[in-house]
Formats: sequence, structure tokens, C-alpha cells
Amino acid sequence: MIHPEDFELLRRIVKSRSGLTLSPDKAYLLENRLMAVARKWGMNEIEGLAATVRGAPNEELLREITEAMTTNETLFFRDQSPFDQLEKVVLPRLLEARKNTRHIRIWSAGCSSGQEPYSISMVIKQLGAALNDWRVDILATDISRAMLDKARAGLYTQFEVQRGLPIAMLMKYFSQAGDKWELDPGIRAMVNFDEFNLLNDPTPLGRFDVVFCRNVLIYLDQPTKTRVLENICNLMPDDGVLYMGGAETVMGVTEKFQPVNEYRGMYEIAKRAAAGYGTASQNYASNA
Amino acid sequence: MKSCLVVDDSRVIRMVARKILEELEFEVIEAEDGQVAIDRCNQVMPDAVLLDWHMPVMDGIEFLYALRQLPGGDKPQVVFCTTKNDLSHIQEAISAGANEYIMKPFDSEIIQSKFSQVGLI
Ligand SMILES: C[S@@+](CC[C@H](N)C(=O)[O-])C[C@H]1O[C@@H](n2cnc3c(N)ncnc32)[C@H](O)[C@@H]1O
Repeated sequence: MIHPEDFELLRRIVKSRSGLTLSPDKAYLLENRLMAVARKWGMNEIEGLAATVRGAPNEELLREITEAMTTNETLFFRDQSPFDQLEKVVLPRLLEARKNTRHIRIWSAGCSSGQEPYSISMVIKQLGAALNDWRVDILATDISRAMLDKARAGLYTQFEVQRGLPIAMLMKYFSQAGDKWELDPGIRAMVNFDEFNLLNDPTPLGRFDVVFCRNVLIYLDQPTKTRVLENICNLMPDDGVLYMGGAETVMGVTEKFQPVNEYRGMYEIAKRAAAGYGTASQNYASNA
Repeated sequence: MKSCLVVDDSRVIRMVARKILEELEFEVIEAEDGQVAIDRCNQVMPDAVLLDWHMPVMDGIEFLYALRQLPGGDKPQVVFCTTKNDLSHIQEAISAGANEYIMKPFDSEIIQSKFSQVGLI
């Protein structure tokens, strides 16, 4: 069993570096995951890891400890509807709204092993000619270097390509590489991967018309959620769109975003009201 | 309640598939080869077919061609479920009229994912 003081020390490091919260009942999880890090650093016990952290905190070690505690569960076209909406509602509107600049920027914040941003590129690819001579930037970021490496490689197991990915997409965009499946280089080239900690100020990343920040905030505490969402809001034009995960909400977190009732998982910027995604029925009501 | 015909010559696989499908609230019918499966379809056309490829008497592809010729045989959503896990077999199955394709080994999550893709759940 992990010593309570060691748990507290490691918990605090993970919390301050990533915002991830670990309650005492997660001690077993911490122990399991950090054993691998301990071994890699030539230690046999968490105790040794904790002692090293106390004695000579090494940036690389602290980063690996934090990274080991992230949950990277993801799948292609997760929940399906955000990607349907992107194709049928959000991109068509942006095609109209951005027709002068012909430039759209999308951010997958907390992209894990790449299934989310690559699902976005497949949607864009499917739109085909409508986006000819448009520039669509997809930035995908995560705190985990291991996940970013995996995402960049674009290699997925048979299990991973069967979760959420329709067979037609597999046939169209993947080829076999040994016992893995390799995503088409063209689809991969549409995404830029970068390390980014959501606790940091995202201003340097630029503006984003669409932000996917899904199943990331659930692991963070309330004040951190608020800060992250408000930072994201600052990067978005008035008609920007945010996607959050199915189990997430802005309620009690921030008033800067409001859910769009017609579209599950979609949020628009509150009070700027320019997006108009959620106003179709209101307009209808006021005209009637 | 939707019905699913599970066609596989392995009794163990049929049992595992049955358990998963019953949890997804399907009524499950079984067949141990393509010919038995055709007989079942002639009695009642199922909503879905979970279909192995390699089987004695009549294999999965032959069954699929025969099924699509039957009256009402265009209706069932056919999901292949096979160890033939290479692109050329996938292409062959899809052009023969399969709706989805599962590469074994499968688990409940994969079945669920594929069945929801073809609108069965
Ligand atoms: C559960 S995955 C979600 C992946 C994908 N967005 C989805 O919905 O399927 C959460 C990801 O968030 C990342 N993450 C956690 N804390 C983070 C932070 N502070 N900054 C950036 N990424 C973080 C984790 O490394 C992990 O890959």
C-alpha cells in the first residue's frame, strides 16, 4: 500500500501540473500507473519515486508522473452526433460566414491518440469539392507526449479501428500495416499535433471557429474547468462553436457558453448571440 | 424487440454472441451454417444477421448472395463477423451486400458500435 504522505505528495504534483484531481480512493490507480514510471527510473517502489521527488525533483520525472495519470480513453466518431452536426450544420454555416477569408480553424483540445481530430479530418474530406481552395486548419493538442506520438504515427490496432469507425471509412482511409491499420497520409497531414497544457494561456494558439474539448474537463476540478472554458471562449469569434463530452456541462461552471438545445453536445457563446445556432426556433416563435 | 440471426459454426461463438445481443435487447435465433440460416430466413426474416464467413455446407458469402435474392431479403442488416481480417475480404463482403464488418476477436463494445452504425440500436 502506498503511504498516505506519498499519495498526497504525488496527488499534489499531478494536480498542480495538469489540474487532474485524484481522490484518496484513487490511491490504487496512482500506485498501478506510477509503478511503471518508477521502474523506468530504476526504482522498485513508489516510496523510492516519492523520495526522489522530495529530494531532487527532476522536470522530466515530474512530467512523466503527470502524464501517467492521464486517462486517454477515446474512439473514432465518439458519440457520432457532433461529427454529423459538424458536417451538416456547422461547416455549411462557416462556409457561408467565412466565404471572404476562406479560412476555418478547428481545435481538438485534449486529443489523446488522435481519433477525435482524425474524425474531424475525415468529415472535412467527405465534404470534398465544397472546400476546394479553402484553408482548414486542424490543431490537435494534448498534455501527453506518448499520446501525441501515437497520434502522429496514425497506426491503430484492429480493436481501435472497430470502435466508432464505419467500415466504409476503414476501407477508404486505412491500409494494413502488419497487424495494425495505418491512416491515409493525406488525412494525417490535415492535422497538426502539438503539446499543450490546458492550464496555460492558449492565446498564442490563435483564433478557433470550432473547438472540441471533450471528455477532458471531467477530470478537472471546478475552478480549473471554469478557467479553461473561459480561456477557450476568448479564442472564439462570436459565431464560434464549442463541443463538450456527453457527460459534461457548462452549468455551474461558466456563463460564457450556453448549450444549443437543438444540437446535443454543442455550445455557443452566450450573450453575443451572433452564432444563431440556437435561435432558429426562437426566431420562428417571434415571427409567429 | 428486434431479432438477430447469429450464423456461426462454432457453438461457443454463437453463445457469446447471443449473450451480448440479448443484453442489447435482441431476440436471438441461431444457425450453424449458411443453409440452416437460409431456412430460418424463409420462416421469418430477421432484422439483423451476424454472419461468420468460413462454415461447412454453405459459407457466409454464399448465404449473403442467397439471402439478398429472397423476397424481403434486402431488409436485414448483415454484419459479417469473421477472422478474415484483411482489406480484400472486407471489400468482397461489402460488395456482396454486407452492411458492416467485424474482425474477430470481437467484444460487446464492438458489436454495439457496429450495430449502432447500421441503425439497429
Ligand atoms: C479521455 S481523453 C479524451 C479524448 C478525446 N477528446 C475524446 O473525447 O475522445 C482526455 C485527454 O485529455 C488530456 N489532458 C488531461 N489533462 C490535460 C491538460 N491539463 N492539458 C491538456 N490535455 C490534458 C489527457 O492526456 C487525455 O489524452
